[in-house]
Amino acid sequence: MSPKGIYMDNNATTPIHPEVKRVMIETMDLFGNPSSLHVFGRQARQLVEEAREKVASFIGASPEEIMFAGSGSEANNTVLSAVTCQRKQCAYHQQGVNEIITSTIEHPCVLEASKCLQERGVNVLYLDVDQYGKVSLEQLRDLLTERTGLVSVMMANNEIGTIQDIKGIAEIVHERGAVFHTDAVQAVGRIPVNVRELDVDFLTLSGHKMYGPKGIGALYVKKGAPFCPLIRGGHQERGRRAGTENTLGIIGLGKAIEMRSQEIKSDEKRLLELKAALKKGIEENIPDVLFVGHPTDCLPNTLNVSFEGAEGEAIILYLDLEGIAVSTGSACATGSLDPSHVILATGLPAECAHGSIRISLGRENTMEEITYMIDTLPRVIGKIRDMSTVYRRRLQ
Amino acid sequence: MTQASWAYTDTVKEHFMNPRNILMDEDSYKEHGKGVTGNVKCGDEMIVVIKVDKEKGTIADCKWKTFGCASAIASTSVLSEMVKGMKLDDAYNLSAKDINRELGGLPDHKVHCSVLGDKALRMAINDYYVRNEMEEKVKKEEERVVCKCMNITDQEIEHAVLEGARTFYELQEMTKVGTGCGECEQEVTQLLETYKTKHFCEV
Ligand SMILES: Cc1ncc(COP(=O)(O)O)c(C=O)c1O
Ligand code: FES
Repeated sequence: MSPKGIYMDNNATTPIHPEVKRVMIETMDLFGNPSSLHVFGRQARQLVEEAREKVASFIGASPEEIMFAGSGSEANNTVLSAVTCQRKQCAYHQQGVNEIITSTIEHPCVLEASKCLQERGVNVLYLDVDQYGKVSLEQLRDLLTERTGLVSVMMANNEIGTIQDIKGIAEIVHERGAVFHTDAVQAVGRIPVNVRELDVDFLTLSGHKMYGPKGIGALYVKKGAPFCPLIRGGHQERGRRAGTENTLGIIGLGKAIEMRSQEIKSDEKRLLELKAALKKGIEENIPDVLFVGHPTDCLPNTLNVSFEGAEGEAIILYLDLEGIAVSTGSACATGSLDPSHVILATGLPAECAHGSIRISLGRENTMEEITYMIDTLPRVIGKIRDMSTVYRRRLQ
Repeated sequence: MTQASWAYTDTVKEHFMNPRNILMDEDSYKEHGKGVTGNVKCGDEMIVVIKVDKEKGTIADCKWKTFGCASAIASTSVLSEMVKGMKLDDAYNLSAKDINRELGGLPDHKVHCSVLGDKALRMAINDYYVRNEMEEKVKKEEERVVCKCMNITDQEIEHAVLEGARTFYELQEMTKVGTGCGECEQEVTQLLETYKTKHFCEV
């Protein structure tokens, strides 16, 4: 069924967990509308609510605080777009919020939503990051004012894996009376996340980054947090998101989270071992490499590495031909020549951003695959560097 | 399940896997002409060197190097094969379209990556003329008419891009390029991308 090859692009998406697949196939015939009062509806409702409980308990929330959404992107957009709500009864409107703070390394769905807010008249301020991709709490303190309504900072970065001090950020934001959202799409299921401990007001997660189905996400909405629906027209999700529930997706997400709660600990340990071996292999076999991201506060599965003088898309395609799937931050492959905004934000030169690849491991990767990668990569990089105008210069 | 289709043709893939005529012996190569174009900061750079058969006025050898993506690699590899034995004038007039045809077509969004090779080649040919006191033969890039119908040169297109044109439609509005037979659309679009990259690649 699945294309042959070694999949090391788990930050893009993850293969579905066999248990999730089993449960989804089993429930495929469950077609009832969870809002219906009859037995068909009640059955569906029960499974949806069970999934909600699983999601809630995994992140330390209560079930009423979990809203299912069509994707992580939608959940993020829901939180951000509420800021400009003009309805009299909306908390944001009452507070006269006209400023938000986010970071320069957010996922495009947050950056673009922020840009749109700016066009709607909101002042958007951006937190810079240091060379490791960390935002500075001091800068956050400086930027926060009584005008700030919302702060949104991602928990873990999708390209370089850097993990932010979310608890510290939330504390500062709350001191100033603002609301805090974190995009934890890459974090939930990979590292322990507890919304009470972190004290966040909103948190986004997504099914397909944790071996669940695509097209399903969830938003944690802390009780009492100012909320305004993005999608109107129904009472579903306590009026927070209209539309008949994606029952199968929700059930899949619930199962995926249940599996994460069982496997996260052992996976984390194993992934760290695999990543350490990979990093060592690269360091020992390829000269002039630079690892991007934080050395310790980093997702256990993510390794971003820049090979001097080698262009990222070429690396990806040569590896693809060798049966290895990784990805690049430089978006040439997707039709634009812009180098990764995340790597540029860390202050590394554009060449690094153009020459970096993201290796993101998952629960299915094995040490044999790491070994194969370590055997293959030096050959590929060597080949590209042989024809590189940049690497030539460096050797002179 | 069928193997997901590779976004590039077999020819592109083949040249990407086995690029021809890479300049490995740069210091001892003793080229007769050299062209360098692109910018590493924008994610691509190209060097093309040539040796010329002076009696015949043809290209005897062509080698290259790049910091570029698969399209840049494949298209320059193809180009380096195409031009061997070719008259300097003919080689100079090769367009991205000709290379693209030889490659069996590139995905649209990758075409811009492939124009570096022929540009560097033209620079190498001009460089050869300069080195051999044939300055009068040096052709200015901007002299190339791209749209025959409207008599629009690439310099005019570059100018329009600098003036803010970002789409083919905007170029048409500003210069009338491509409003005749329409044959030049692909090449104009390529130029548009090249100039956007050249002038507006955000770093
Ligand atoms: C950090 C981050 N946020 C949000 C998203 C979007 O999630 P989804 O694909 O569910 O819309 C992604 C995934 O691409 C991501 O990596
Ligand atoms: S060549 Fe330009 S419209 Fe015909």
